Amino acid sequence: MFDICVIGGGPAGLNAGIVARELGASVLIIDDNPVLGGQLIKQTHKFFGSKDHYCGVRGIDIAKILSQKVEELGIEVLLNATVVGYYDDDSIGVLKNEELIPIKAKCYIFATGASENMLAFENSDLPGVYGAGAVQTMMNVYGVIPGKRALVVGSGNIGLIVPYQLLQAGVEVAAIIEILPRVGGYYVHAAKIKRAGVPILLRHTIIEARGKECVESAVITEVDDQFECIKGKEKIIECDMILIAVGLSPLCELLYQAGCEIRYIPELGGNVPYYNEDLQTSRPHIFVCGDLASVEEASTAMLEGKIAGARAYEYLYGKNDRAEEIVSTAKQELKTIRMSPFEQRIVEGHRKLFGRERQA
Amino acid sequence: MNGYITHHPILEFKRGKKVKFYFEDKELEGYEGMPIAAALHAAGIRVLRYSEKYHRPRGFFCAVGKCSSCLMEVDGRANVMVCMEPLKEGMQVRRQKGKGRLGV
Ligand code: FES
Repeated sequence: MFDICVIGGGPAGLNAGIVARELGASVLIIDDNPVLGGQLIKQTHKFFGSKDHYCGVRGIDIAKILSQKVEELGIEVLLNATVVGYYDDDSIGVLKNEELIPIKAKCYIFATGASENMLAFENSDLPGVYGAGAVQTMMNVYGVIPGKRALVVGSGNIGLIVPYQLLQAGVEVAAIIEILPRVGGYYVHAAKIKRAGVPILLRHTIIEARGKECVESAVITEVDDQFECIKGKEKIIECDMILIAVGLSPLCELLYQAGCEIRYIPELGGNVPYYNEDLQTSRPHIFVCGDLASVEEASTAMLEGKIAGARAYEYLYGKNDRAEEIVSTAKQELKTIRMSPFEQRIVEGHRKLFGRERQA
Repeated sequence: MNGYITHHPILEFKRGKKVKFYFEDKELEGYEGMPIAAALHAAGIRVLRYSEKYHRPRGFFCAVGKCSSCLMEVDGRANVMVCMEPLKEGMQVRRQKGKGRLGV
């Protein structure tokens, strides 16, 4: 039996597995993709922050560095494998090659990430209405030209980065629209996209996608302070793709099944597992990290992974100085990152999560 | 095969070997191992199925196996998530109608 089973091989899960293995635990990492790295494998932009956070390194290269470490450490990996259930005896069911394999570990770290949010508007189910991350996958991982001209809805970091990558792939970007009166993502990304000539229309939303079998155009409009559409301000945008970048929702289905307490905390992304400052859930042998715990950035996911990995090790083998050092360094770095105004939402979410007594 | 990026300032694409597959009996080409949905998209096919109740066209949405928007009939199996299913030589791919049929 493995000491620790990590579900999800993205930035959070990989760091969790690496730290736990380095401390001495036996580790299995399971992922449903053909390669490790999670969403890093499509991220062509360079990260910023400090040197320890891979400043100036592209996401795709971080994925390679982490996968390499996993291999060097002899961590067991199951790829193209989906965890489909959590059972009463604390085992999980893993679907691989059309076979269901039962696996049991002493301790689990869930790093399942998040899925893209949908947005309701007329014809929002037409082919050509895509999650922004989906287009990023098609174009950056498989080298497929996603379309001719795109409209992007939402100006968070994904909504700002993907249009830039579209331009690099030779795709036109009509505009980015944002319902709020301000841009959601980092200023550097917004400045870069503006310099490239893509307009960012604030106080705008989409009301309709048009087209017979696929998207042929979009109707957008301006909104007032109450987010109500202003009559007469509608515009038709010619495009064959509408990219939805309006946030992510944590993938916590398996944790429901595992009987972990779930709370609704909008600041963290919606329904999230309850966890303490050591990322331990209401079931002590289950830890969480990354977007599943709070929808943030890859850099915070990596730090959370380290904490979860170290604490899971301690859960099994008792207090350990090296683990403690890893945790305190990671917590300090998280604190620094979360001082940024962009992270206020997360700080508020954590206040709600940690501040309240656990309900039975 | 013109739906593929040939020049990119940052990325280089390592593709599998070229294979033939069939979409609604029409012969198409793609690269082995890439998701079926990506190969179809590159061939200009964006409608992957028709919805159960109102028979509305649907394409992929998340492309990472999380939303079930991309279910198709592959080699007689209905409800295959084609954004994750790797392409293989000779595959028979069909648009799924509603809940799909088995043994097409
Ligand atoms: S597009 Fe979402 S599961 Fe395939």
